[in-house]
Amino acid sequence: MTGFVHIDDVARIFGPNLTTGERIAAKLGGKVETRSVRAVSDVSLSVRKGETLGLVGESGCGKSTLGRVIAGILPPTSGTVTIDGTPVMENGTKITTRVQTVFQDPFASLDPRMKVGDTVSEGPIAHGLTTKANARTYVAEWFTRVGLDPVWVDRYPHQFSGGQRQRIAIARALAMQPDVLICDEPVASLDVSIQAQIINLFLELTRDLGLTTVFISHDLSVVQHVSDRVAVMYLGRIVELGPVANVFGTPAHPYTKALFGSVPKLVLDADELVKFDTIDGEVPSPLSPPSGCYYHPRCPYATEVCKAEQPQTEDLSDVRAVACHHFQRVLDSTKDVRAVPE
Amino acid sequence: MTDPVLSVKNLSTHFFTRAGVVKAVNGVSFDLARGEIMGLVGESGSGKTVTGFSLLGLVDAPGRIVEGSVKLNGTELTTLSQRDLRKRRGSDISMIFQDPIATLNPMLTIGQQMKMAIDAHERLGTRAADARATELLTQVGIPSAAARLRAYPHEFSGGMRQRVAIAIALLHRPSVIVADEPTTALDVSIQAQILTQMRDLAAETGTAMIWISHDLAVVSSLASKLAVMYAGRIVEQGPTATLLRDPRHPYTAGLIASLPAMAKPGTPLTQIPGTTPSLLSLPLGCPFAPRCDHATNRCKDDPPMTHTAGRGYRCFHPTGQTAKAPA
Amino acid sequence: MSNQSTPLRRFWAEFRENRIAVVALVIVVLLILLALFASLVSPQNPYDLANLSLMDSRRPPGFVGSGGYTHILGTDPQGRDLLSAIFYGLRISIQIGLAAGFVSLTIGTFLGITAAYLGGRIEALIMRLVDLQLSFPAILLALVIVALLGQGKPQLIGALVAAQYAYFARTAYGAAKAERGKDYVEAALAIPLSGRLVVWRHLLPNCTPPLIVVATVQIANSISLEATLSFLGLGLPVTEPSLGMLISNGFPYMMSGRYWISVYPGIALIILIVAINIVGDQVRDQFNPRLRK
Repeated sequence: MTGFVHIDDVARIFGPNLTTGERIAAKLGGKVETRSVRAVSDVSLSVRKGETLGLVGESGCGKSTLGRVIAGILPPTSGTVTIDGTPVMENGTKITTRVQTVFQDPFASLDPRMKVGDTVSEGPIAHGLTTKANARTYVAEWFTRVGLDPVWVDRYPHQFSGGQRQRIAIARALAMQPDVLICDEPVASLDVSIQAQIINLFLELTRDLGLTTVFISHDLSVVQHVSDRVAVMYLGRIVELGPVANVFGTPAHPYTKALFGSVPKLVLDADELVKFDTIDGEVPSPLSPPSGCYYHPRCPYATEVCKAEQPQTEDLSDVRAVACHHFQRVLDSTKDVRAVPE
Repeated sequence: MTDPVLSVKNLSTHFFTRAGVVKAVNGVSFDLARGEIMGLVGESGSGKTVTGFSLLGLVDAPGRIVEGSVKLNGTELTTLSQRDLRKRRGSDISMIFQDPIATLNPMLTIGQQMKMAIDAHERLGTRAADARATELLTQVGIPSAAARLRAYPHEFSGGMRQRVAIAIALLHRPSVIVADEPTTALDVSIQAQILTQMRDLAAETGTAMIWISHDLAVVSSLASKLAVMYAGRIVEQGPTATLLRDPRHPYTAGLIASLPAMAKPGTPLTQIPGTTPSLLSLPLGCPFAPRCDHATNRCKDDPPMTHTAGRGYRCFHPTGQTAKAPA
Repeated sequence: MSNQSTPLRRFWAEFRENRIAVVALVIVVLLILLALFASLVSPQNPYDLANLSLMDSRRPPGFVGSGGYTHILGTDPQGRDLLSAIFYGLRISIQIGLAAGFVSLTIGTFLGITAAYLGGRIEALIMRLVDLQLSFPAILLALVIVALLGQGKPQLIGALVAAQYAYFARTAYGAAKAERGKDYVEAALAIPLSGRLVVWRHLLPNCTPPLIVVATVQIANSISLEATLSFLGLGLPVTEPSLGMLISNGFPYMMSGRYWISVYPGIALIILIVAINIVGDQVRDQFNPRLRK
């Protein structure tokens, strides 16, 4: 395999996490939720060196959990994540600094009582990337790199706007000199006019530093813009994976197709309002997922086999993988827009 | 042209805080016709939410409407007493919020809450009230609505709760609904369902809507006209298609150009430099001037709203191919 | 927003707006200074028995004693100058209050943050123990411990700590539990930084606001608890009376019109405790975002 980051058969199950009282109540026959949630089920994929992999899906699909497993924040219940052959975690502890994370909310991810310069420098000092004496110069370099004035190192987070805070968070991640960057919805909580600034900064930095990136977002247009390949998740599983142009252009999984159809698009040359391809129903509870293919209750292409059997991941000719019994019918219907699914 | 159901003229709402006067809404004017949906677009702090609250008279101290008029079906709302205003609210004009969990009472069933909302404005028997509630829940797309009346808010998903909030807002067939980012917290597939239904509801019932959002794409798929707010003012307004295709205000143009969909994948996006100004210390003249490439000395004066061909913009140096700067 | 707007500066700017709190703070500082320099400002060393004359005992305020100076607040049954005794008593009360406060703060914070950070069985063990202890009245616990350990400063401080650490543990636990779930803690752990570093540099500083509030209240409580124990005769040795013991000493003479022996130390004690509590209230209000204007 040509991958740099290997995610091998990773599953993450969140147990019911009962308190002592609840455990006693459960023993006595009380109504206590004892089922567990498979947030991520048997995901295998590899990310190539220097590539940006987009991870999309609706809330609860497991994209953030998968991101945190890759970043070494959450230990997987089973499976392994390796970077260039070395594991990210051992015995539930992160043992590498080669993967770093940028979090969604820059208002929450910076310690409000720590000067922003210290926030950026504490990791590099702890891991010997710089010394206490050189920390100021080191931080100043990274501040400049992410477009912040280095004289601001002694300020506190509340003195910055959302966009500037996200730049600080990016500087904190990059100051660890990682090979891999996990971005968990990095622009979702920013204003529209600021999003473009941060996306541009991200594009520039990943290119200049040769970073391998996993970019998690619910915003499909952002993912389409920054990613080389994209993985679509539904209820903890990857349903489609492939180059952005192929997946966005001719979706092979009915969920991908419907998800793209639901996104409001800015159509400039239409005088009539755009029609949505809506998906019926809602995402089922991950506590009791449906049998077979998880998507079958909402899927217009579903047949008996979808209820019974979980689809295997199939490799298509255009270097993409899809987990659907009927992907050929989906592809055919996309090519001929008027075709109505049976 | 028929009379508008809602006519807002020169509305200004200011907040008198310890730190100074926050001019959250500054001279906002627009009209809304029956069954029309207007998108009110802006970033955080642009004043779009305060505008919505001002229309319903929901602005609390230290804020108040300092100027302007809000006419609903010919009645001036800004001078009404709280009592009379309360009578209008919910029956003639109602509001939907971003977070339905904050607006629904967790201790009461959906049916009880809908009954209370009905009782606030008219007397209906329990059976008739239930029938009305069921009808509206069905209309907003809640399956087996009659049975769901006995359910509590926590038994609904986020999307379903927002539908309930919409159903409550629609109970008295108001002339105007103000919707403040009602789909922002929802997944795209649920958002698409709700947007489609709202479009149909507005057409069917003749209820006019003000759809507040930061997302141009969302409002463009729903609203027939748009108003773009920046730093407490409407900087540009007009029919959706015209405004998006041929924006006149550099801020609108910048917002559209900065969308990832407008650029080739992987290439740098067009970005608006700088950050939104603090409403406490707005620059003199055009508030967008410090971030604008078109700005000249003239922008130190406040540009008035220029009206041409059914649209308006506040800019001395409008963009667009047909645009000529007024001398 | 000024460039030097550190959290501390903003805090002080807001504190200054409450005049009563500022006055209370000035009183607290003044009383602490008086206690610190008791030997310089007192006309007499009340603990040196050689200075005392029984001839001067129980004299009213304004009496000129054998030392040749005026006893402004009168004298106690041992012939001590009451003003001097109050200054020295303040010293002991504040000493014990601060010592007990800081020791309980340290122990309680350590236990609370450990429980919140580690979770699991250790969390359950520590917090159930704390809950158990909080269900006893503090005074009862302190009484039992002093009765077991005997009299003396270290014993008294030990008893006060045992009675009070649980409040700090509870507060530190609650704060740390809330902070533990926040993104910035996760971000620090994700680097990865060691648990010890994250606790020390991130959790602890962010848990300080509620702890400071509890500390001010508990220091005031320590002082009054100590006074109570001394009043009951279980506190310090009679030769070095604290405020509580001074009150107790004068108590038998209250009915015979020699009010000053009990009343003046009592007023000093009340002023001290009320002032500390006013400062504590203001600090609490400032740390509580819900009460923010």
